[in-house]
Amino acid sequence: MIRKITKIILVLLCFILQGTLFKFLSLGGATPNLLLMITSFSGFVGGKKEGMFTGFFAGLFTDVLYGNGIIGFYILLYVWTGYVNGMFNRLFYPEDVKLPLILTTVSNALNGFFTYVFLFLLRSRLDIGYYTLRVILPETVYTLIMTIILFKPLLMIEEALQESTDRKGMNV
Amino acid sequence: MPRVPVKRQKFVMPGRYILLIITILCIALMLITFFTDAVSAPLSYIADYTIIPVEKGLNSIGMRFSEKVNEINSLKGVLAENEELKKQVQDLTLEKNQLIADRYELQELRELYSLEDRFHEYNKIGARVIGKDPGNWFSVFLIDKGKNDGIEKNMNVIAGDGLVGIVTEVGPDYATVRSIIDDASNVSSMVLSTSDTIMVTGDLKLLSSGEIRFSQLSNPDSKANVGDEIVTSNISNKFLPELTVGYISSIETDPNNLTRSGTLTPAVDFAHLNTVMVIKNLKVTDNAGEDDG
Repeated sequence: MIRKITKIILVLLCFILQGTLFKFLSLGGATPNLLLMITSFSGFVGGKKEGMFTGFFAGLFTDVLYGNGIIGFYILLYVWTGYVNGMFNRLFYPEDVKLPLILTTVSNALNGFFTYVFLFLLRSRLDIGYYTLRVILPETVYTLIMTIILFKPLLMIEEALQESTDRKGMNV
Repeated sequence: MPRVPVKRQKFVMPGRYILLIITILCIALMLITFFTDAVSAPLSYIADYTIIPVEKGLNSIGMRFSEKVNEINSLKGVLAENEELKKQVQDLTLEKNQLIADRYELQELRELYSLEDRFHEYNKIGARVIGKDPGNWFSVFLIDKGKNDGIEKNMNVIAGDGLVGIVTEVGPDYATVRSIIDDASNVSSMVLSTSDTIMVTGDLKLLSSGEIRFSQLSNPDSKANVGDEIVTSNISNKFLPELTVGYISSIETDPNNLTRSGTLTPAVDFAHLNTVMVIKNLKVTDNAGEDDG
């Protein structure tokens, strides 16, 4: 339970920071996608269900406040992100930084691609090259930088949570 | 490997089934929310108590931070600029005196013609921008006034004299505003000088240059020129008439030789938008169409 509440709070924190503080710290007009980073992180560290859980709330917040009246699109996007990242849980070792960076980058690029297809291409915005270069790429790079900075702190939170769960498990 | 006897196996649902259920649920939810507000209304109350208060506080921190950065950057240029400006002041003072004389004359002439004030007295309410769309695709933002302050969907939002956007969703103490530079925004407008109707469309591609696109300027012989003011049109069914949208910055003839399109510079500085005004008068039309907004 503590684990879940902490996750929700983390997602909330990312959501709020992304919509306020990081809009002022944007690089090349892009804001890092912290929600995707935390979803992806939960996926490969905690597994599929953990990833889906985090993704669900990341999507829910986005949908309710910025979903333009339609709830479900971002939930779907982030839940799938969490699930797919969760499939790489077996390959993940805390010492190895390469896999998380690759996974976050690929997730972000794919996430951007699907956003483009469903929210832009369907409104006949056909210039995919432009959107890839000017929106998806800066966002991915910025998120990658944020992942490098935040990976260790997030891992420490995760380990602390793991310990508390283990202790609780032994008591029962 | 010998099987370890387990006392009671707890049923655990595999992840892929959960994924499947959520996927189906989400698609159903999208369809439901597309047609009704039944689901999003209670959810907006939850957001009102969790996200909105924190965003209000955090955004003011962000604003203070960016102000500090701007201050340092600008200080360097300011000194050189100061010298230049002093010279300009002298020239302008002369010009100003002349203009003041002209203005009195204009005022008198206007009174003679008893022209109506172009901007009618609308019932307005001020609001602060407290958050922006976390993604990089849309230019949607949150303001700190909602249903409790009398804000309703489709109310027009302005800043200074210029049009900012339209309220698309309302929570108890917040509202979502889609700005006119948003990629999904369409505003039916007209050129003030010639009364040609045009469609002003936000474009993500032009976002970095601070401009927006207009199209369907029907008459190729139209006298509309670069620099002309563009205002919301009388025939729009969501936007109040004659709010300034911006000024034409370029025009070109479309390949079909029948219409012209181009870009315009919005009257509002969207990069530094902190406070806005919401016009509480709604444009009432009989058939609430969906082609605008």
